[in-house]
Amino acid sequence: MSSRYKYFEAIEKHAWLLGILTAIFLSFGGLAEVLPLFVAANKVEAPEDVEPYDPLRLAGFETYVQNGCYVCHSQMIRHLGFETARYGQHSTAEESVYDRPMQWGSKRTGPDLARVGGKYTDEWHREHLKDPRSVVPSSNMPRYNWLEDKDIDAKRLQGSMRAMQRLGAPYTDEDIEQAAKAVEGKTQMDALIAYLQGLGIKNTPKSNPKAKEVPAS
Amino acid sequence: MQTQETYNDHVVRLFLLASVVWGLIGMSVGVFIAAELYWPNIDLNFPALTFSRLRPDHTFGVIFAFGGSALMGTCFYVVQRTGHVRLAYSKLAEFVFWGWQLSCVLSMLTMPFGLTQGKEYAEPEWWIDILIAIVWVAFAVVFFATLARRRIRHIYVANWYYGAFIIAVGMMHVVNNLALPVAMTRSVPIYSGVVDAMVQWWYGHNAVAFILTAGFLGMMYYFVPRQAQRPLWSYRFSIINFWALISVYMWAGAHHLMYTALPDWVQSVGMAFSLILVMPSWGSSANGLLTFNGVWHKLKDDAAAKFMVLSLIFYGAATMEGSIMAVKTVNTLSHYTEWTVAHVHSGSLGWVAMITIGSLYAMAPRVLGQEIHSKKAMEAHFWLHLCGTLIYVIAMWSAGIIQGLMWREIDADGSLVYSFLASFETIKPFFALRWFGGCLVLTGMVLMAWNLWHTASRARRETLEPIPVPTSDPVYGEVETQASPN
Ligand code: HEM
Ligand code: HEM
Repeated sequence: MSSRYKYFEAIEKHAWLLGILTAIFLSFGGLAEVLPLFVAANKVEAPEDVEPYDPLRLAGFETYVQNGCYVCHSQMIRHLGFETARYGQHSTAEESVYDRPMQWGSKRTGPDLARVGGKYTDEWHREHLKDPRSVVPSSNMPRYNWLEDKDIDAKRLQGSMRAMQRLGAPYTDEDIEQAAKAVEGKTQMDALIAYLQGLGIKNTPKSNPKAKEVPAS
Repeated sequence: MQTQETYNDHVVRLFLLASVVWGLIGMSVGVFIAAELYWPNIDLNFPALTFSRLRPDHTFGVIFAFGGSALMGTCFYVVQRTGHVRLAYSKLAEFVFWGWQLSCVLSMLTMPFGLTQGKEYAEPEWWIDILIAIVWVAFAVVFFATLARRRIRHIYVANWYYGAFIIAVGMMHVVNNLALPVAMTRSVPIYSGVVDAMVQWWYGHNAVAFILTAGFLGMMYYFVPRQAQRPLWSYRFSIINFWALISVYMWAGAHHLMYTALPDWVQSVGMAFSLILVMPSWGSSANGLLTFNGVWHKLKDDAAAKFMVLSLIFYGAATMEGSIMAVKTVNTLSHYTEWTVAHVHSGSLGWVAMITIGSLYAMAPRVLGQEIHSKKAMEAHFWLHLCGTLIYVIAMWSAGIIQGLMWREIDADGSLVYSFLASFETIKPFFALRWFGGCLVLTGMVLMAWNLWHTASRARRETLEPIPVPTSDPVYGEVETQASPN
């Protein structure tokens, strides 16, 4: 065995050395990619005319997450001609600054929803969520009719707002205080519809009018 | 007289049992959700059975409960055998077992009821995450303490992969799950938007890399030479592949976010490293396959060896496919489609499940002190699994490519040719085919459970003798660590 192999042999014979070197090698990639993004992310600021979710839409966001809508729907229109032709202008980093966690998704069993806001009426959404096959006969989307019986937990919603405030979302204490009233008497279905109707409209800067043109698909 | 030191196979047997049970559960859920995509009303309008709520139970069930239990069990088995030493801290090892089972049960019972963080592959809520972190630290302590006590100075390469799996998963789990708890049912992640996306896919990709790849490579590097009863084709080569794999994998996460709002340079780095990645992947695959050189005849009547050889072929195929999908132009077609699902299952049913099943069949006779109850059933399992996997993958592959092509079809005046619905209706029949493939795989798993159950019950009747640790002076060398008898 060559003499230089001796040094390598040391790794093969000492568990702690092997462990530490492994950890170091593992860290490179993560640090190199994630750290610069942290720096860049501080620069991604919500444009002035985009506000964080109002209480009802935030409750809708939570309903969207908790029912796993993201496993079938993306919210990320890629920079590609055939995507923007179908769904509208490509998504930008600014549009999801208030999404914790982000809902970009990775699989489209159903269509992208990043700009679905305003495309259908509230009634259409309600019918569709209650029984998708009543409006789209060949759809395989599950029924979510039971969302109409579920109330919104206002306490928890205020907790989420407070946590987001701590993480930098511009909610005032007053906003949080009044959240309970804003969702009073509303169901999770109402909240979800409000959330969907805001997508691509309320989270998109007004200075970017192209984003609002919703093409037919 | 000194009492003879014996291997701690008790905890290994527990993990063996758990992984078979979780395999059955995780894959049954897989078959059920596959059916839901074709017959959507079979959820009976019961919220917890809704596809979108149940799908995390499938991914968590197969990756962490089935894969995790199999990895922990084989890891404890391998580290004892290759170090000629009894597992350190038996009590703590037992805690690792029960702690892990509890984490899995809690996750599986809470996710369908809406207790989810909504982060793919990291759905369980914060309080389960804390439990998982504690169990993981205990797992690391048992593993590294056993390594430290080993009697064979040289650390066999399988342990390197297990070690990397333990360290990497621990790091990723903590970083990805940082959140502010709001209630038992809700936490707010500290990352948002684009940073969350990068952290999420750095995690998601490396869950693939260090659980579904490095961990199972550890399994492969021990059980393949063992089953072939030949030393590894090239030991040096396996070490080179190790360093290449762990240093390249972490960089590649961005291939999940091509053409999104992620900065361009990160996407390009992700693509470049994904292309390089094919080399260490094929290196390990070739190393395992070439180990069978000269003993290919064993495949004829050893189903465990058949599973292993096929798993290595699928590993090579899935990694090559992955690198191709990471090319930006290819990704424009494959992203968001069923092609991704085909890739996932050629990796998971082909590589992960097959190497696990092969290793379980190889390990069971040794920890149970019994021949496998029925060789015929093993053989049948192999063919069921292989056919099921091929049907699944080919169906989803066709669906994905059809779907991708229809989405991008633009006519002369620049408008889209097909509506989304048209593409969906075209690929719908493939969902039924995939379900059928899944049924074959599941039937094979049931056969395995039945077979191992009978093997174990015979073992219980004849009371197990603990296996003594060979404590004679070890000889330094490769053959001895790779092909030592029990
Ligand atoms: C009986 C066998 C199986 C069946 C029928 C099955 C079925 C499915 C189905 C229907 C989906 C959802 C796909 C979609 O949303 O379009 C899925 C996703 C998934 N399955 Fe399986 N599966 C099986 C085995 C496995 C195994 C053994 C593993 C891993 C070890 C696995 C890992 C995954 C992963 C990671 C996903 C998520 C894919 C993604 O997000 O792209 N599956 N499976
Ligand atoms: C050289 C190795 C590999 C490379 C370069 C690679 C690359 C890729 C790419 C490009 C995607 C598609 C991302 C997207 O468009 O959304 C993907 C998805 C995936 N791959 Fe691989 N892959 C490799 C090996 C494997 C192996 C061995 C497995 C084992 C099971 C695996 C499991 C997965 C999973 C689970 C996903 C789906 C993630 C999701 O969207 O939910 N990959 N991979």
